[in-house]
Amino acid sequence: MTDRLVDPDPSAAPNMADVVAEPLWQVRLRLFWQGLRSGWSSFAESRIGLVGLGVIVLFGIMAMIQPILIGTVWEPAIYDPVLGYDAVVVEKTIVPDNEVTDPATQIDLFSARLLDPLLQVGDTLVVTVQPAPPSRQHLLGTDPLGRDVLSQLMFSTRAAFMLGIVAALVTVFIATTVGAVSAFFGGAVDTLFMRLADLIILVPFLPILIVLSALIDFQLFHLALLIGVLGGFGGTAIILKSQALSVSVKPFIDAARIAGGGHLHVIFRHIIPNVLPLSFLYMMFSVTDAISAEATLSFLGLLNIDMSWGIMIHQAWDQGYLLDPNRWWLMVPAGMSVTLLAGSFFLVGRAMDEIINPRLRRR
Amino acid sequence: MTQPLVKVEGLRKLYPLHKGVFRKPTEYIHAVDDVSFEIAPGESLGLVGESGCGKTTTGRMLVRLTGASDGQILLQDDGSMIDVAHVDRDGMKRFRRRVQMIFQDPYESMNPRRTIFDTISEPLQVQGIGTVAEREERVAELLEMVGLIPAPTFMFRFPHQLSGGQRQRVAIARALVIDPSFIVADEPTSMLDVGISISIMELMLNLAEEFDVSYLYITHDLAVARYMCDRIAVMYLGKIVEIGPTEELLANPRHPYTRALLSAVPVPDPSSVRPAVEIEGGIAKAVNPPPQCRFIGRCPWVQDICRRRGHPPLEDTGNDHLVSCYVAKESV
Ligand SMILES: Nc1ncnc2c1ncn2[C@@H]1O[C@H](COP(=O)(O)OP(=O)(O)OP(=O)(O)O)[C@@H](O)[C@H]1O
Ligand SMILES: [Mg+2]
Repeated sequence: MTDRLVDPDPSAAPNMADVVAEPLWQVRLRLFWQGLRSGWSSFAESRIGLVGLGVIVLFGIMAMIQPILIGTVWEPAIYDPVLGYDAVVVEKTIVPDNEVTDPATQIDLFSARLLDPLLQVGDTLVVTVQPAPPSRQHLLGTDPLGRDVLSQLMFSTRAAFMLGIVAALVTVFIATTVGAVSAFFGGAVDTLFMRLADLIILVPFLPILIVLSALIDFQLFHLALLIGVLGGFGGTAIILKSQALSVSVKPFIDAARIAGGGHLHVIFRHIIPNVLPLSFLYMMFSVTDAISAEATLSFLGLLNIDMSWGIMIHQAWDQGYLLDPNRWWLMVPAGMSVTLLAGSFFLVGRAMDEIINPRLRRR
Repeated sequence: MTQPLVKVEGLRKLYPLHKGVFRKPTEYIHAVDDVSFEIAPGESLGLVGESGCGKTTTGRMLVRLTGASDGQILLQDDGSMIDVAHVDRDGMKRFRRRVQMIFQDPYESMNPRRTIFDTISEPLQVQGIGTVAEREERVAELLEMVGLIPAPTFMFRFPHQLSGGQRQRVAIARALVIDPSFIVADEPTSMLDVGISISIMELMLNLAEEFDVSYLYITHDLAVARYMCDRIAVMYLGKIVEIGPTEELLANPRHPYTRALLSAVPVPDPSSVRPAVEIEGGIAKAVNPPPQCRFIGRCPWVQDICRRRGHPPLEDTGNDHLVSCYVAKESV
């Protein structure tokens, strides 16, 4: 009889009247909250996860304060990421041809005479520079069109989040449903979805997007949906299906059927809740994929969008400044942002993997 | 005799050995082969046999988790017998209220993400019985009946917070929550410690009386079947080889296989001498079995008649005791 009641602290037990008095939704909310808290405490043990999350939060703050800055301290005509313009004026000394040692303060005679043929060596000349190097007004300088790089960077963060999250939600929604349905019904439905997934994996992602972008006028939102759909019917569906399959042979599925549960009950109440943790994990990885894909496509100039990290790099390249160490502010901030944000979602995913996947757990 | 609660006739389940896409399978595992029995209301039948003899398959067909290849399962419902294989939607709904199952593995038979309340009330919930408050009351009542006291402390826990024995009590509560008349229990205690499994069996017996429910109790242990059941059916490779009232069958085992099983059970009284039967070899799979007696390969009593004729029919030897053996029948 040892298994009868082994409650550690019976005095803490609520009595029957309390249980019936507390509405069920309230109990469920409390349990949900407890689940979140215990999930968080295991997540917090992972250093890489916390680092990743910290970086994501920083980018989140950046994305949120850009519109606030535009409305307050930043003059829209100057700081607008797309339409802004600021002629940064610099005084330069004219030096003989081929003797320029500091291009920020010196200009050679030949170039100076293109502006004014009467100039001599030793004269000073007031010129507007684009791209301008970092300064008090423009902490990360300006781009070849005289626009503020920091403002562009922050503005693009919002686009990156939007893209990543929409793509990931679409991916995971489709992949979870396809996986659960395939695993549960098997047969022709399963074969159809799995061959489709093989096909999507087989045909490489980027070339498809390049071809499609030639046919369709691609906006960011379309790209997010497309990445989501391709990811959702592709590899993620196969992974989530194998998880769903291992759930659907468990005796509790039989128990649910004996209880009288129909297909929908079994799929949505039993299979999907047990696949969701893994779905959530793959959501993190799809954010990473989406952000990288956008950067690549924008860099190749295939997207019709005003501003994004990829567009910023594209413009640096377009104007011939891509690997110019003297114009580092055109390339480094955007490139770093892509890498950091995509990498952070990946790190968070890895940390979640350790929680969800017991084999990877150190304890 | 009163109308039986469950009547099984000629039940058969064949599994194709190779699942080819293009070829029609030619070899079948005869997991359950021409099985017939009846269970009276309130009576419990034990289904005993070695691993792989088709006990689980039989049980799963009775609760319609697996379709039968052949044969009939009839269930008494309000005085009339309904054919379980051919019920409409409405009939299926009624069937799900009358028949439940308790599984072997207490760790895998509950969804780890649902609370004990959700697990037990699932039949009520999916069949739309009662309001939420009524379900809570009912679940609390059942938790107390299965000995999980005080009920409120267990209601909103998750399965992983309970021990194996406690979970099996939850499984019993789930099976009883809609007041069924028939429960298939598939080795419900085989994964528990001895002490706990005895308390679970005791509980199941008490509740059977209280709820007026019949069990098909599947076990490989004759001692367990003796404790739990009014009658015992011994299965061998998909066939029932002997069936009869518990005490009668154990006192006068007729089939050589039953005798062999009995000689494997420890005897409480060392002075009692039992006719020991030695059988050799392990159980095989019944893949396209020859027409002769299934036991012929391991039987110590084989005679000419066994080789000449088909699998022996179950024949009454008196006292409601049936055996399927040419030799045993003659020795009566
Ligand atoms: N889904 C299936 N597909 C193919 N063969 C199966 C399937 N289920 C059971 N079998 C076969 O049917 C036979 C009977 O299996 P069953 O599980 O009913 O045996 P059992 O008596 O319950 O054994 P155990 O004591 O090990 O639980 C076995 O040979 C098994 O391999
Ligand atoms: Mg079994």
